[in-house]
Amino acid sequence: MSENSSVGIVAPQIAHFNEPLTLKSGQVLPQFNLIYETYGELNADKSNAVLICHALSGHHHVAGKHHEDDKNPGWWDNLIGPGKPLDTNKFFVIGLNNLGGCHGSSGPLSTNPDTDRPWGATFPIVTVEDWVNSQARLADFLGIKQLAAVLGGSLGGMQALQWAIAYPERMRHALVIASAPNLTAQNIAFNEVARQAIITDPEFYDGDYFNHGVLPRRGLRIARMLGHITYLSDDAMGAKFGRKLRDGNIKYGFDVEFEMESYLRYQGDKFAGEFDANTYLRMTRALDYFDPAFEYGGDLSVALAKVTADFLVVSFTSDWRFSPARSREIVKALLDNELSVSYAEVTAAHGHDAFLMPDAHYHNIMRAYFAKIEV
Amino acid sequence: MGNLEKNIALNAENRADFALIAKWIAANAKVLDLGCGDGALLTQLRKTHNVRAYGVEKDDANWLKAMNNGIDVIQMDLESGLSGFEAQSFDVVILSQTLQAVLNTEAIVKEMLRVGREVIVTFPNFGYWRYRFQLALAGHMPVSDTLPYQWYDTPNVHLCTIQDFDEFCRKSDIVIQERLVLNDKESVHFMPNMMGALAMYRLRSK
Repeated sequence: MSENSSVGIVAPQIAHFNEPLTLKSGQVLPQFNLIYETYGELNADKSNAVLICHALSGHHHVAGKHHEDDKNPGWWDNLIGPGKPLDTNKFFVIGLNNLGGCHGSSGPLSTNPDTDRPWGATFPIVTVEDWVNSQARLADFLGIKQLAAVLGGSLGGMQALQWAIAYPERMRHALVIASAPNLTAQNIAFNEVARQAIITDPEFYDGDYFNHGVLPRRGLRIARMLGHITYLSDDAMGAKFGRKLRDGNIKYGFDVEFEMESYLRYQGDKFAGEFDANTYLRMTRALDYFDPAFEYGGDLSVALAKVTADFLVVSFTSDWRFSPARSREIVKALLDNELSVSYAEVTAAHGHDAFLMPDAHYHNIMRAYFAKIEV
Repeated sequence: MGNLEKNIALNAENRADFALIAKWIAANAKVLDLGCGDGALLTQLRKTHNVRAYGVEKDDANWLKAMNNGIDVIQMDLESGLSGFEAQSFDVVILSQTLQAVLNTEAIVKEMLRVGREVIVTFPNFGYWRYRFQLALAGHMPVSDTLPYQWYDTPNVHLCTIQDFDEFCRKSDIVIQERLVLNDKESVHFMPNMMGALAMYRLRSK
């Protein structure tokens, strides 16, 4: 990817909202902040805005770099930029950090205005519905009546779907990538193990770790290690690590023997140093709770009755955490409502992580779909 | 007309069955084309009949072409059935020159009849005299413009004759509403199983 296809140096902004937000749980956030970034220019009739919804550990920094020496660009930089599949010469792209996040939006790390102390464990439990409602406020703030598209992968795809359900008149296209209409029991089970790792860490203190001057790193680390296993396919792991030994010979102990272990420990440590445990708990719960069909007797087709958006649904063959079968459930419900939907099942080896990879066919699909969106 | 549209138009012209399929489609019908390729037939039907069109395509490259042609296209393998589609949710389900290439022929035809109130199937007639001639006298598996593959490298695993398909419909309680047999775009009425290269059926369940 050439340098000139980058959105360049970007800076986040913060939008403050004074109007209270009633959450699905019944709790009310009296005021909140959302941190966001934008790429490209909003056109005169404000018809070219694309909202990017992030997944479990994502945030507002989706593309570009924060400064020249920034080692890593935004998390979906390979997709977004001038001339890229989501072309910022055509679209105005918005990335934000969701409520409950730990990257600058109101969440466990931010200050509770009522107490002037960090929210910590007292920050409310937020849902996909709450996020979408807050994102609609952000669209208001930016003066955008109708989004050209809402795009998200995994948990982000759930938000795109929820947008189509909750705000049919406020968006025209939904791109739901590597996602599902709800989590399977197996998926909830993985989340529960991750949560238990955090909650049973002696340094978790019921989420009040800041006041004890510690961090539940061990729990967060194990949660992330487990997550990583489920985001990759067996084949991808086999190809990348196989049974490779780190030092070439077995040492008969419990320190790192295999490259696989080394990778997991590295990813776990890295994550535990930069992510907040209370946020992690909330993100996994948002995943667990999302189930738009629930109020409709489990009938997703009925749940989507008011949807008017056109859809692109994409899954990846080796993704067993959000399998193609789950995407096909969404497609079936859209077809039942005679909505415009295209569905691609991309042959990919990388498991769930494939949705973030620059696979040529996958990106051609995204390019083709964004090309047909009129602005 | 853009290059893309021109290509589609040319493609459509080359497919003798397209124009005739169009005659069997009502205006504004909801149509599902199985194995839609680049979406040429659906593009044409949308233009001429204002149909609500969906395509099904397995191949990545074709899927992308169909998407670029503005078709709503679902990527799936017909062999796994049409469980993603509700019963009787389409006015017409089309399988154009693909029947001979599917493995679970009987299951797929039944699935089409479940999903569509009407089904259109077209396939090369293996009873065509040239094919018989190649096999009987030259002693070779037939190769032609319509069946361009060698026996060891062909997607066509279930070739049949018009007589075979008629019998299949009779046994399976499938009503043949109309049948057209073509040779070089001309309708064939005399000894169709011998003289026709392409068979077209309009079917429904009993």
